[in-house]
Amino acid sequence: MALTRREFIKITGLGLAASGLGVLGFGAAGEAQAAAVRPFKLTHATETRNTCTYCSVACGILIYSMGDRAKNARSNIIHIEGDPDHPVNRGTLCPKGSALLDVVHAPTRLKAPRYRPPGGTEFKEVSWDFALDRIARLMKEDRDKNFIAKNPAGTTVNRWTTTGMLAASASSSETAYLTWKVARSLGMVVFDNQARV
Amino acid sequence: MTNTWQDIKNANVVVVMGGNAAEAHPCGFKWVIEAKIENGAKLVVVDPRFTRTAAVADYYAPIRPGTDIAFLNGIIHYLLEKDAIQHEYVRAYTNAGLIVKEGFDFQDGLFSGYNEEKHSYDKSSWDYELDKDGYAQSDDTWKNPRCVINLLKQHVSRYTPEMVSRICGTPQDKFLHVCELFASTAAPDKALTSLFALGWTQHSVGSQNIRNMAMVQLLLGNIGVAGGGMNALRGHSNIQGLTDVGLLSNLLPGYMNLPVDKETSLDEYMKTKLFKPLRPGQTSYWQNYRKFFVSLQKALWGDAATKDNDWAYDWLPKLDVPLYDVIKAFEMMNEGQMGGYICQGFNPLQAFPDRGKIRRGLSKLKFLVTMDPLDTETSRFWQDFGPQNPAKPAEIQTEVFQLPTTCFAEENGSLVNSARWLQWHWKAADAPGDAKSDIWIMTGIFQRLREMYRKEGGAFPDPVLGMTWKYTDPHEPDPEELAKEMNGRALTDLIDPATNTVVTKAGTLLDAFAQLRDDGTTSSGCWIFTGCFTEKGNQMARRDATDPREQGIAPNWAWAWPANRRILYNRASADPDGKPWNPSKPLISWNGSKWVGIDVPDYGPTVKPSDGVGPFIMNAEGMGRLFARDLMGDGPFPEHYEPLESPVANVLHPKVSSNPVARVFPNDRASFGSPRDFPYVATTYRLTEHFHYWTKHALINAILQPEEFIEIGEVLAKEKGIEQGGWVKVTSKRGEVICKAYVTKRIKPMTVDGKPTHVIGVPIHWGFTGQARKGYGANTLTPSVGDANTQTPEFKAFLVNIERTAAPAA
Repeated sequence: MALTRREFIKITGLGLAASGLGVLGFGAAGEAQAAAVRPFKLTHATETRNTCTYCSVACGILIYSMGDRAKNARSNIIHIEGDPDHPVNRGTLCPKGSALLDVVHAPTRLKAPRYRPPGGTEFKEVSWDFALDRIARLMKEDRDKNFIAKNPAGTTVNRWTTTGMLAASASSSETAYLTWKVARSLGMVVFDNQARV
Repeated sequence: MTNTWQDIKNANVVVVMGGNAAEAHPCGFKWVIEAKIENGAKLVVVDPRFTRTAAVADYYAPIRPGTDIAFLNGIIHYLLEKDAIQHEYVRAYTNAGLIVKEGFDFQDGLFSGYNEEKHSYDKSSWDYELDKDGYAQSDDTWKNPRCVINLLKQHVSRYTPEMVSRICGTPQDKFLHVCELFASTAAPDKALTSLFALGWTQHSVGSQNIRNMAMVQLLLGNIGVAGGGMNALRGHSNIQGLTDVGLLSNLLPGYMNLPVDKETSLDEYMKTKLFKPLRPGQTSYWQNYRKFFVSLQKALWGDAATKDNDWAYDWLPKLDVPLYDVIKAFEMMNEGQMGGYICQGFNPLQAFPDRGKIRRGLSKLKFLVTMDPLDTETSRFWQDFGPQNPAKPAEIQTEVFQLPTTCFAEENGSLVNSARWLQWHWKAADAPGDAKSDIWIMTGIFQRLREMYRKEGGAFPDPVLGMTWKYTDPHEPDPEELAKEMNGRALTDLIDPATNTVVTKAGTLLDAFAQLRDDGTTSSGCWIFTGCFTEKGNQMARRDATDPREQGIAPNWAWAWPANRRILYNRASADPDGKPWNPSKPLISWNGSKWVGIDVPDYGPTVKPSDGVGPFIMNAEGMGRLFARDLMGDGPFPEHYEPLESPVANVLHPKVSSNPVARVFPNDRASFGSPRDFPYVATTYRLTEHFHYWTKHALINAILQPEEFIEIGEVLAKEKGIEQGGWVKVTSKRGEVICKAYVTKRIKPMTVDGKPTHVIGVPIHWGFTGQARKGYGANTLTPSVGDANTQTPEFKAFLVNIERTAAPAA
């Protein structure tokens, strides 16, 4: 019988519950025991395959979340462990990867856009529209003012050197490609990622 | 990495130098242990500190930070002197026998062509003597004194064991023992693997450190074979991917280059990218450059890129300097030459050298945008956090936007690991609060800009308006659509001119970059990724871990660039006749009509061994380069230069002590310290419990390593009256860090040029946001110096002073 890992966990979980039911006929003690033996909580979880976000060993991980991804349900990640199927890490994780759950749920995770005006002493929460409208406006003003269409020799160079960007080496290649398209369409040349350091 | 993580188990000797895999890459390091247990491999560690990698090594040798080239050139000297090289490999597969131009020379620390004013080289003499057909001249007997191998022999002749020990502080007997272990892998069926990381890159000679080891590996015949290779362990989870996709100042996707000012047209641009073979009959695969380039332009600008407008060549920006790298960016900021800066998942206030300069630079911006899942120091550079971040908000006019993003668990997409595997991952939950994906945010900014340029006009709007954006949801493109765009498609029916039949239908996702064309009929956003998402589906999501002979290839797990090839240069795993050097661990071999084996051949699949095509198909001479021609900024051979801040002068050539072409801005020269004021060598590194500056936001990691400290050897600690756990003040010319001292046996004084030299270790992780205690950050101390090729800062070797101090007021 071919079982996926998840099915295997489910069956063993059910097995525990079934053996509890089996002792029901033996009175209250059995009933209490059955009530105490809960199915393994991960049997109710949704398993998602992912990759550790830290280093380039790229350990396979399994993320367990509560919620079955129904339209109205919000998933909550409750557990992360190494993926035993992964050919490199074979289920293991290091002290960083083992604590991934704590970074997903870090109290310093940001939840809303914040803005600090010139000379301001505090951040204040703002709407996405406010933030993105203002950023786009500032970028356009800077680009329109400083864009270099031709160099002194008259060669078309179309570069923008006064606004720069650092891209994220923990973001996906798809994010990277889209970011590249945006930055280069504007003629941006002050452009790097963590590979530089 | 040229090889895979699991392939490390096939090594006979594992060398960890310039890294600390046991602590920085623990789950990959298990394959080193596997090599020791299952293959009887010897682990050699060369490091200034007795790291946890060293703790499980068969042999450990200490080395002073910043002297790896002296050590490695010393190894080459030993191998050539003892004739411990793999002759057949070196003769057939490297440029050892090619003849170097008469004008090339090396004198007193400088190669020919040095321009003292510009701190750069005219590299025209760094090349081969060419014959009338433009091919490099060769002497297979190696008798010509101008043969690469003879010039190399001469170049390394100064690096005797005595000299190595004098420079590196490594005792001679230890150095010679390491040499013997290296030499043992010159046998055709023995392999040595080199595992390295930032311990080699973060130097003013970083690129040459790595090149030097690659030369050692070529001499030993260890490139392209199972258990061999040059294996950059790398940092962040997708640092490989961001490099592949070209998110660096001077790059286009797939290791093509952004044009420079003098390349006024596509034809001019292509003139330096013809890659005409330098030996008869060689592949020189970059000859296909134009196909990759035109296909990229079609991916970017679609129908607006036409033959008549040079495929929208002018829509790409051109560079007037080699690089606008991070050190230059912050120099420009400090000079008031920059208005805005966007930090996506990047924390430069912690990550870049000379923190004070970084803070001053950010304070001069008009606007700063940070995009991050976490509350980073950079986004709060303007706020006063006491001595760890002294700031006067009222005086800082920078507008700051702190944008919350999703993290890895909340998105779909692919990451490229250090073994070049593109692995797909899936979203497990929504992000907290109103956090959004980087794709949504970048698109939001782009769509607004596009709309403004459409309505208002402005500076050269064409490339903004013309950028292809054909996504199902134009406000948050699906990662799968972006992956397909990088993979590439046929834009029209592709016709094979030989048979005049349609070989690929219009719209089809391509299987291989060999299908790309330079006539505008194909598109591909990143040619090296072609094959990752085909009509057969998302190859990056494959999860078949089957591994033929358990040799560490797993060819059907995810997908590796290029062409799902797992071991680069694998043609070199077989001898010139196509027979594996190591019959027990073959990768590919010639079966009489084609190349067969467990890996995708890095070679023409039906190219006969008798054709004499070299295994290094990307190189114009088809050979591995012991002499780099003009491809390095600081010389065709590696040379030992002292770090910019060093306790001693260069004993080989005191007048040219440090790398003459390292990047130093005049303003930064004043911030270098001398050994008189700062007598101790410092080096920075990571701890196994932390990853850069994010894990201090995770509770467990913040508990495991809660506060900033430095490491100091027992001898120096005693001399300075520093107690275990006592408070110290560490100063460099650029700033000071007040933290606790960990007094350790793991760092011992070394004797360098007859003088005792102490090393102080500075872990990098602390800042002023997150759950750990506040810290100053190692970059308060580090100098703003860039490697001569990559401009990577010199974090691994600089000067400090240390003294005991009272505990700060609580």
